[in-house]
Amino acid sequence: MFDDLNDLYQQVIIDHSKSPRNFRRLEAATRTAQGHNPLCGDNIALYLEMDGDVIKDIGFQGSGCAISKASASLLTEAVKGRSKAEVKQMFERVHDLLTKGQTSGGDLGKLEVFAGVHKFPARVKCAMLAWHATLAALDGQDQPVSTE
Amino acid sequence: MIAETAQLKSKVSAPAWDAVRADFPALHQTVNGHPLIYFDNAATSQKPLPVIEALDRYYRQDNANVHRGIHELSNRATTGYEGARERVANFIHAAGSQEVIFTRGTTESINLVANTWGVANLKPGDRILLTEMEHHSNLVPWQLVAAKTGAKLVYLPVTGDEGLLNLRQLDAVLTPGVKLFAFTHISNTLGTVNPVAELVERARKVGAVTLVDAAQSAGHLPVDVRALGCDFLAFSGHKICGPTGTGVLWGRQELLDAMPPWQGGGDMISSVDFFESHWNTLPHKFEAGTPHIAGAIGLAAAMDYLDAVGRDRIWRHDQELGAYAYESMARLKGIRLFGPKVGRAGLVSFLLDDVHAHDVVTVADQFGVALRGGHHCNQPLMRKLGVASTARASFYFYNTRAEVDRFVEVLREIQRFFGV
Repeated sequence: MFDDLNDLYQQVIIDHSKSPRNFRRLEAATRTAQGHNPLCGDNIALYLEMDGDVIKDIGFQGSGCAISKASASLLTEAVKGRSKAEVKQMFERVHDLLTKGQTSGGDLGKLEVFAGVHKFPARVKCAMLAWHATLAALDGQDQPVSTE
Repeated sequence: MIAETAQLKSKVSAPAWDAVRADFPALHQTVNGHPLIYFDNAATSQKPLPVIEALDRYYRQDNANVHRGIHELSNRATTGYEGARERVANFIHAAGSQEVIFTRGTTESINLVANTWGVANLKPGDRILLTEMEHHSNLVPWQLVAAKTGAKLVYLPVTGDEGLLNLRQLDAVLTPGVKLFAFTHISNTLGTVNPVAELVERARKVGAVTLVDAAQSAGHLPVDVRALGCDFLAFSGHKICGPTGTGVLWGRQELLDAMPPWQGGGDMISSVDFFESHWNTLPHKFEAGTPHIAGAIGLAAAMDYLDAVGRDRIWRHDQELGAYAYESMARLKGIRLFGPKVGRAGLVSFLLDDVHAHDVVTVADQFGVALRGGHHCNQPLMRKLGVASTARASFYFYNTRAEVDRFVEVLREIQRFFGV
């Protein structure tokens, strides 16, 4: 009966929401961005330390639901060492995964745990918040990004 | 005859709550494989058959534009619409129907007062007193009017998680400089019931005009504007079994008469020249354009329905269910409950351990329980409570103790699910 629910809240997601990785402010950050979900009042601050075009280190802070926190945590692991162009491509593929349940062009690794979100349209924004903030940080956008 | 269409069809004489439930078609369905438990009534209520049928009948038989019409259908529509205004006046014990302005809801009603009375009467240095528990709809319009007029916002504080107005601080903030005191009757987040008559009386001593946000109270308990003594009262139709897009602003005639119009257009004028116009009399001065005729007629049907059930009975039922839910929920380990311990309205805001409100609501929905999670349009209050959001269960007279029992079981399931 709760297959959908177990798909949404996979053990990996619960684990990352309870013990988020890279959950810290980066003193050496060269780029930062704020993400905001006005629907629930959730906020995320994202810190990037760039080495040229490549993300050398990344951290985040903020409050959010299990989905948004786990998404931010898994994002930080997935984008470390990636170039801006690679992250933009991942953004599109993660968006496909969250809205359609699948994505073309090979496996997204650990991020595949978010495939169950597509059955809960109201929660797509929670999972996308950190990705929006990452793109904003990479683009050097000063204004906080919003899911709305 | 349209006059009959606004009358109650299914008469609910005794509080046979099962019979009441039978009147609400939307309650009888399964959601995600479970019988729906609708606990999102503070956001909007479900609609009983007499309301749905009044809308249907209007569109099938009587649909026409109101007022200037000469033909039969227009007469019926006008009679129905103006009859609905009489019904509203009677529902809140207004001195007359000319004091009843139809709006799209509480938000529009408050914006109307802010943009007319507020702009015409507030000067730089004047104070607008609000409380820390106001919904954004009774906060943002005043921020806008303060920016326009140079008036200053002042807040009466709320006491922590228990969520009562700190009346000991009232004298300190309700100073002679306060020109308007706007406050909610019942908090949509905390369930606090504020002592309206007492607050109004205190405000009158310093010469302040009062506005009561009755969005959470109008359909839940008897509301008598003359007994409360306030100057303006705003509420929505959709929260009290009426159609969406309906609402009411009630104001004292002498205040409404002195206020400039807000929106210009048809119906609000008595004569129009190329360079100036003369305003229509009350209430039409504040109703530009074709109104929500069907909505007003549906709202009158809702009021008939509520009064057939009995608002005093509804209030007793709401409060009992609210207290029962609060006590049952308090037994759960790791739950944090917001709002007063006693004397609360029929809603409970809560947090389960460190599970985010949206996760609670998502899982509850899988059990067929409709809750709301978020800041409830109360962001400053949320910050004061030190939380980003809460989950909320809000009840109405068609909800039952059995539903509350099931809901508490579901909360236990949620705790198990998240391993807390």
